[in-house]
Amino acid sequence: MSEPLIRLENVSKSYPGTDAPAVGNLTLDVYEGEVLVLVGPSGCGKSTTLRLINRLIEPTGGRIYLHGEDVTDMDSSKLRRKIGYVIQQVGLFPHRTIAENIATVPKLLGWDKAKTSARVDELLELVSMDPAIYRDRYPKELSGGQAQRVGVARALAADPEVLLMDEPFGAIDPITRDRLQNEFLRLQQDLKKTIVFVTHDIDEAIKMGNRIAILREGSEIAQIDTPEVILSDPADEFVENFLGSGAILKGLTLKKVRDIELHDIPALEMPVMRDEALKVLENSPEKTAVLLDKNHRPLRWISEASLNRTTQPIEKSGKPITIDLQPEDTLQDALGVMLQSSVGMAVVVDRQGKYLGCCSIESLASLIISDSGGQAKS
Amino acid sequence: MDFLISWWEFAASRVDQIQSGLAEHAIYVVTVLSIASIVAISLGILTRRNPLARELSLAVTSVFLTIPSLALFTIFIPFVGLGFAPSFIALFLYSLLPILRNTIAGLDGIDASVLEAAKGMGLTPGQVLARVQLPLAWPVIIAGIRVSSMLIVGVAAIATLVAGGGLGDFIKSGLARLPLANSLESIWTGTVLCLLLALVIDIALQVARRATISKGIR
Repeated sequence: MSEPLIRLENVSKSYPGTDAPAVGNLTLDVYEGEVLVLVGPSGCGKSTTLRLINRLIEPTGGRIYLHGEDVTDMDSSKLRRKIGYVIQQVGLFPHRTIAENIATVPKLLGWDKAKTSARVDELLELVSMDPAIYRDRYPKELSGGQAQRVGVARALAADPEVLLMDEPFGAIDPITRDRLQNEFLRLQQDLKKTIVFVTHDIDEAIKMGNRIAILREGSEIAQIDTPEVILSDPADEFVENFLGSGAILKGLTLKKVRDIELHDIPALEMPVMRDEALKVLENSPEKTAVLLDKNHRPLRWISEASLNRTTQPIEKSGKPITIDLQPEDTLQDALGVMLQSSVGMAVVVDRQGKYLGCCSIESLASLIISDSGGQAKS
Repeated sequence: MDFLISWWEFAASRVDQIQSGLAEHAIYVVTVLSIASIVAISLGILTRRNPLARELSLAVTSVFLTIPSLALFTIFIPFVGLGFAPSFIALFLYSLLPILRNTIAGLDGIDASVLEAAKGMGLTPGQVLARVQLPLAWPVIIAGIRVSSMLIVGVAAIATLVAGGGLGDFIKSGLARLPLANSLESIWTGTVLCLLLALVIDIALQVARRATISKGIR
């Protein structure tokens, strides 16, 4: 592999008066453009490890390298300006406006006003907040989710190569958290930052990480690998216990809807005549069809039985389709939608909302079986 | 009513004395407050981190406030003589505790995550102090300065006993001549002007408070 961007070499941290070190002799490489997640039980030293990288905690032993350069003895404030830092409680400056908060590091670096101001607007847009509305507001006027968006924008302000994130979405309600995680993943696809991400939530680790380091007491690495390998081949009992039950279900977050073969459920496009519809339904293996509007957007599930049961017009028979999936959604999302759906299937649409096909429980099951079969062989 | 009229005549015939008394009094308040604020805020910043130094500075400034004011004004006379100096020292020592205590409370009350973020973004300790800690502690500190200002306006009336001038002159001369003519008028003049001065200073500090505290933490 290429030269690591961040390298911790035999780094340790012990506090006077305690026997066991908080971090003992840790060697860890972080490669350019990857999201490395540090995950482990509370008190395992994962946050301490993160804070050793930007030297908010000074190591008592070992060396830290950034870009191959030894930064262990560099001026710590200067080092931190090169590294974005996001924490769970966000820590926005309450006496500064949103714009001033985001401009913190650019101001420290002496950027001129015009450049800083343009960058602030760009970042607010990047985290989906309207600069015209939010620039001059104060942190107390933001919700928890918005505050963390600003926290991320502030960390990205001077375009650092490295971003350290300490449970950034830990204090946010589950629905908003999910949305922020997805947005963040989308952002990372474009930005390609090198990110070290700390969490205690294994599901979050699997979702966010290119690689996961599972840590035990004293920040000792129990296993470090891609989520796929960790899920299918845990190194020892500790990792297995930490993953918990349902590793297969967790694996569903790693795959996208586009990875599975879509079920070809016939579509009926409005306006459609009743006997025409019946003919299509008769040929459909599932005896089910998807009713589409003029713009190819799915409207209702139509089955042969439901059409025969009533004399209602076709657009009022069958069951309405309320949620759909996009190819970028995870299979875990897909499973949820299928379980809610009246027919055990979920429709997949493209970005414009046009019908692409359906995915069913069977296609999901066959993917899981072929996957685990494949791993058994290798 | 009669009293009000005679009081008015008393005051109207002594405009010069009133002006100089008021000016002397105001000078005490302004100089003492500004110097005591600088000293007490610095002391708070310096001793806050060290439990021993912090408790010691709080204990010592508390003692200053407990010493009877009459004594505090007089014990410095052997060293600095009569007049402005002993009065200034006494008032200065008096005003330290409220500002010091509020400085420490204000700095302690700052959300730890804000400081963590500030440090994590690469602010130096000095920048954290100047750009984050002091602005955030300022509402509490200025509340302490207000308490001290009220205290000083009242106590500064004692300066007259060590020949330090101020509005206390009216009260002292009134007391000495009781129950002769104009004695009560003199006492009331000193008292009411003290109250008015206190009111003006309080309003000034309120205005300063409004102007210097960020909208985000108001």
